[in-house]
Amino acid sequence: MHGTRILDEADRLMTVCNSCRYCEGLCAVFPAMEMRRAFSDGDLNYLANLCHSCGACYTDCQFSPPHEFNVNVPKTLAVARAESYAAYTWPRTFSGAFARNGLVISLVAALSVAGFIFGFAAINDRGVLTGIHTGAGAFYKLMPHNAMALLFSAALLYAILALVMGVRAFWRDIGEPVGMRMDAKALLRAIRDAGELRYLDGGGVGCFNEDDRPTDRRKLYHHFTFYGFSLCFAATWVGTLYHYLLAREAPYAWWDLPVVLGTLGGIGLVIGPVGLLTAKWTRARVLVDEQRMGMDTAFILMLFLTSVTGLALLLWRETAAMGPLLALHLGVVFALFITMPYGKFVHGIYRFVALVRYARERQMMLGD
Amino acid sequence: MVDLTRRFDVLVIGGGNAALCAAISARRAGASVLVLEGAPKFYRGGNTRHTRNMRCAHDAATEILTGPYTEEEFWNDLLLVTGGQTDEELARFMIHESKDILNWIVEQGVRWQPSLGGTLSLGRTNSFFLGGGRAMLNALYRTAEELGVDILYDAEVIDLNIEDGMFLSAQLKQPVGGKTEVRASTLVAAAGGFEANIEWLKQYWGEAADNFLIRGTPFNRGAILKMLLAKGVQEIGDPTQCHAVAIDARAPKFDGGIITRHDSVVFGIVVNRHAERFYDEGEDIWPKRYAIWGRLVAAQPDQIAYIIFDSTVVTSFMPTLFPPIAGATIAELAGKLELDPAALEKTITEFNAAVQPGTFDHTILDDCRTEGISPPKTHWARRIETPPYLAYPVRPGITFTYLGARVNKQARMLMQDGKPSANMFAAGEIMAGNVLGKGYAAGMGMTIGSVFGRVAGREAAKNARN
Repeated sequence: MHGTRILDEADRLMTVCNSCRYCEGLCAVFPAMEMRRAFSDGDLNYLANLCHSCGACYTDCQFSPPHEFNVNVPKTLAVARAESYAAYTWPRTFSGAFARNGLVISLVAALSVAGFIFGFAAINDRGVLTGIHTGAGAFYKLMPHNAMALLFSAALLYAILALVMGVRAFWRDIGEPVGMRMDAKALLRAIRDAGELRYLDGGGVGCFNEDDRPTDRRKLYHHFTFYGFSLCFAATWVGTLYHYLLAREAPYAWWDLPVVLGTLGGIGLVIGPVGLLTAKWTRARVLVDEQRMGMDTAFILMLFLTSVTGLALLLWRETAAMGPLLALHLGVVFALFITMPYGKFVHGIYRFVALVRYARERQMMLGD
Repeated sequence: MVDLTRRFDVLVIGGGNAALCAAISARRAGASVLVLEGAPKFYRGGNTRHTRNMRCAHDAATEILTGPYTEEEFWNDLLLVTGGQTDEELARFMIHESKDILNWIVEQGVRWQPSLGGTLSLGRTNSFFLGGGRAMLNALYRTAEELGVDILYDAEVIDLNIEDGMFLSAQLKQPVGGKTEVRASTLVAAAGGFEANIEWLKQYWGEAADNFLIRGTPFNRGAILKMLLAKGVQEIGDPTQCHAVAIDARAPKFDGGIITRHDSVVFGIVVNRHAERFYDEGEDIWPKRYAIWGRLVAAQPDQIAYIIFDSTVVTSFMPTLFPPIAGATIAELAGKLELDPAALEKTITEFNAAVQPGTFDHTILDDCRTEGISPPKTHWARRIETPPYLAYPVRPGITFTYLGARVNKQARMLMQDGKPSANMFAAGEIMAGNVLGKGYAAGMGMTIGSVFGRVAGREAAKNARN
């Protein structure tokens, strides 16, 4: 027996599935399952994180409910996945953040925004906060650039540290040596699989959401979200490089690289989360880990708020609203950063790691 | 809402592969089509839900098939498994048509994949459905719906109005809406065999049928077949013949599907409840022999048998749904199986003593055999001597029955006087006995369904519009 009830159920299902194997062409989970005859906790957590929740194996399964074998792989692995996030949390004290994630993220976000507003108000005169600032360095009238860079770098470094520690725990749990030789081929394969969302496609026809028709567009919305996020992130980096290397200070003109990247990314990060959230709410309940709806929703909303506040700042940066909008945007982004290791964001990290392992396993099995 | 007051060109009774192929091909030929599926939506499609591949002839390797499988080779395989009990003209026609089905079925939205991991070396002959039979079925339903085929679930046909070999109407009974007379110019009967009708099976098998497990849906009760035969359609096939394999005795009575089967026979021995062996477990490679074990077990006392092997071979076959029953000694295992320990020890001791030295290779007819015992194990015989000793209890698992309606190459039913029916066609398991007199080769049920379904739909549409 396993450590948790959900892993017991996952084990039962993998035993059913491993004696059937009809779904092996749909995604990576089933071929990975076929490489095993028995499943440790780590194996099941690995399979759970490998699952992209496209829903095809549920729709295609002759044993899904109401059949007495009651096979529901997407939902079972979704729950197991969410429980694994909590188990890998660093530091362990914060693992409870996953239990009531929606609440936790909302509180952190609210506090963070409030912190920036009060902070701006405290260090600046009232006139500065609601004043109109234009030209180079306008933002830094409210918060010095170095302070901003320091604060956000610290938040980001903390997030990275916590994520790395989580990955370490995951890597150990699934039975891989921590100091494993980096396998470039497997890494490249995994980067491609993750970048294309290869397994979020119902085995080629598309994902299943409301019913047994592959009409879902989550893959598209996820691309908008992920690449939107990446562009925004790139915008920040380009801005930072401009600042320190070229001594060019924000705000930049609309045609300048940080603004172009940020605007495109921001638009993606509006369309993507809206699409994902809509898909989430219309998804057949039978496929969903309903207890974790809060976690998923909170992360999607945080991404949405990041882009909306960023775009608002771009639109109204030459008005008196700039100060409050900047506080709002920075507050949201700060909250996003520090909650990254304690929310849905981690799904991407663990899934990528699972894909790396899958690529390695596959290579070893095929003997190259 | 489906308008049941209209007269349809084609009425299809059934909801599996054959029915949907018929519905789609009739609709594509311009006919209005109504499909009446007796099962609720989840259980739609009868045995198709549990299938995974189809055997089609092809002259060259394809993306998913590892090599050619000519019509002649297919024909020879069919001859072999049926012992010649087949309608050659019809069978050769089906095999020829199967070539085109490989592409046609893809046009209907079905996707292929290479043979599954751990399957019975079918990579060259059989095309596997990506996602399995239910995925295939879902694709066919989607296509049928998009083409405008009307489909009703929970739609039980309780009577057929047939006069002189001419179909007039069907009496439909629905949970909501009650009874309705459904009129159509032609009928395609694709409602499967009668394997889930234990009472009917008992007519031929006696009480033994109580110990049969039914691998597929409990809805295959043969009601349509019975009506057709009662109304003058010519019967074909031996009523005791069916596709039956040995499945785990712990499986549910119905719908256990693929995951209850066992592929471990060749790696051990099989004994009956007297702890005696009764058939050569190593007669031929498993894909060629798996389909005889259902009948073999059915012929044993209480219709039960036990596959016995030792711990050295557990990873030689696919993992099983039900774990093997284990014992540290033969006697302990016998106790758990409720077999006579002395008898089982004697059988295994004699078997072990009869095993000749050889080089084991499960992929070929190797030289590991027994000498001096009866029945012999002619290949893959190795001593059972490494504890824990393991066993799977097995019972006959009936997949589908072969008694059916006689048809011609148009899939048109023939009446008892030998004349073709004016407007009735049959496809799938309800007419499988035309091709399969006995025996089975993997994937043939789906070939029969798709080929004759497609033909039946096309011919019915043509018939309706004349």
